[in-house]
Amino acid sequence: MSVRRLAKEQPADFTFSKDTLKTANWWLTKYPAERKQSAVLPILWLVQKQEGWVSEPAIRAVAEMLDMPVIRVLEVATFYTMIQLEPVGKVALIQVCGTTPCMLRGANDLMRVCKDKIGAKDKVSSDGALTWQEVECLGACANAPMAQINDYFYEDLTPESLGQIIDDFRAGKAPKAGSYAGRHSSEPAGRVTSLTDPALYDGSKAKAITLPNLPQAETA
Amino acid sequence: MVGVLEDKDRIFTNLYGFQDWGLAGAKQRGAWNATPDMLALGRDWVINQIKNSGLRGRGGAGFGTGLKWSFMPKEVKDRPHYLVVNADESEPGTCKDREIMRHDPHLLIEGCLIASFAMQAHACYIYIRGEYVREREVLEEAVKQAYEAKLIGKNNIHGWDFDLYIHHGGGAYICGEETALLESLEGKKGQPRLKPPFPAGAGLYGCPTTVNNVESIAVVGTILRRGADWFAGFGRPNNTGTKLMCVSGHVERPCNIEESMSIPLRQLLEDHCGGVRGGWGNLKAIIPGGSSVAMIPAEQCETALMDFDSLRDLKSGLGTAAVIVMDKSTDLIKAIARLSYFYKHESCGQCTPCREGTGWMWRVMERMATGEADMKEIDLLLDVASQVEGHTICALGDAAAWPIQGLFRHFRPEVEDRITRYRSGRPHVQGARLAAAE
Repeated sequence: MSVRRLAKEQPADFTFSKDTLKTANWWLTKYPAERKQSAVLPILWLVQKQEGWVSEPAIRAVAEMLDMPVIRVLEVATFYTMIQLEPVGKVALIQVCGTTPCMLRGANDLMRVCKDKIGAKDKVSSDGALTWQEVECLGACANAPMAQINDYFYEDLTPESLGQIIDDFRAGKAPKAGSYAGRHSSEPAGRVTSLTDPALYDGSKAKAITLPNLPQAETA
Repeated sequence: MVGVLEDKDRIFTNLYGFQDWGLAGAKQRGAWNATPDMLALGRDWVINQIKNSGLRGRGGAGFGTGLKWSFMPKEVKDRPHYLVVNADESEPGTCKDREIMRHDPHLLIEGCLIASFAMQAHACYIYIRGEYVREREVLEEAVKQAYEAKLIGKNNIHGWDFDLYIHHGGGAYICGEETALLESLEGKKGQPRLKPPFPAGAGLYGCPTTVNNVESIAVVGTILRRGADWFAGFGRPNNTGTKLMCVSGHVERPCNIEESMSIPLRQLLEDHCGGVRGGWGNLKAIIPGGSSVAMIPAEQCETALMDFDSLRDLKSGLGTAAVIVMDKSTDLIKAIARLSYFYKHESCGQCTPCREGTGWMWRVMERMATGEADMKEIDLLLDVASQVEGHTICALGDAAAWPIQGLFRHFRPEVEDRITRYRSGRPHVQGARLAAAE
């Protein structure tokens, strides 16, 4: 388990923005009317999108919105590690994957770059712009090492490319997500070994077919 | 030919996203073809086909998918049935469902419809891990396309009213466990439930529910189109079909690849991934099925096949077919200690053996990695690991114990050597270090 507590300094209040409310209501349509509680995680995440983190007044507001006891929302907010309980950098939250598959391909070097350029782990940088964290497996292991920055995955990183990305964010640019080794996605770099047969894509698969193993054939 | 499987037999024809993921592109590649005919043949036909195909759950445990479906009540009574798709892919090494969701989402949506029909569910939830934001955006868009084309929804062209909803999690590995996932979907902490009752009896909102992995569901449409015997023709008996495999770590070209089950591990690495970094001789060990299974040393990798039975015989497992390759430069003890930290971080805290045990095992593993540990702690660690294993509600306790057991099964001398070397540099004579410092 990881110990997670609410931030010491909390804002006085919290209000949902118009957009957040709209999206929250859209989430609520997905669940049976008497099961509003199901939307708690998506709505906490919306709150985080709005404010950058989830504060204690926000937790109360979500509880009120979903007719839940506050303690139940608090439980959820402290259980799920994607919910940030402290303010993070205004420009970018950099989450470097540190689990073994990324570690084997150099995640520790990436974290050294973060430390040099941003400062201590889990702390907002002195200019208030950036925060970096070490997180557990993000599920992009064939593109290791990688980091999630704000919402998207930055893959096949090297200390140099991550350094450049951090500098770009600091300079107010928006570096593109995806592979930084020139890969399209998770294909073998530079030598695709499958899915090269043009017959897969010429529309022949869309022609009307008769299903195999029809029931008559089985009884016969 | 490269590998075992030919292109014409691949199910995920847009695995790498070089083609259009949208509805038009997916249809061109054969998705949604003859789906109404399948539903017209009835539930029993669908379930029997899936049973005959030998499809085993692709989420790690390898339970027969058709069999699992047949556990659902035969008649819908007062409670609705649900299908829940487990897209909470967080097993270290695994990155296959992500490619399905962002590059071939319509195969998944089609599979959801067919599976829901087979289990008489009118609603399905896809629980996608919170970090997969891009994947969720694509999937939402694909669902929208399917609704607009009347492929799903009320009064759709298939004649089976069906609603599909996307839900997301919050970065908890434990929510990949099916009952923890249901708890999370109900808006609670993701702590696994005691079984029984099994989800097929009382699952989501207390209703009959089946939870399946993304890949298990996404292959269903193609299996029905091409025939159960076609699918069963790949791999060895009891280990049939094609499988997405994720190769990471010390290979020349890490990648995801769809291959036939039972492909030799060495062939998989050499044909598709350019082989082990520095040549096969540079291989030290491989974790063949995601972090939760035990590693196998290089000499066993020579003959291992990528299927459930072969790897089980080596006291490891196929898991999610996430192959983590480690060459001779790897500090295996450190690599496993990092996995121990992962399990410590992800333990939900419900069962004492796991909550306390994972932290304890991690701390000892860290000391073993530096060599600071005591020699007799090795047996103590193995003893604790075996007491965590099997004494918890879910399998996270087992998953935390197995990598450690695997390390000591094959590389115990290496740990002992490190402890000895650490000690020999620091003689246990009182005052010895003080004297040296002066």
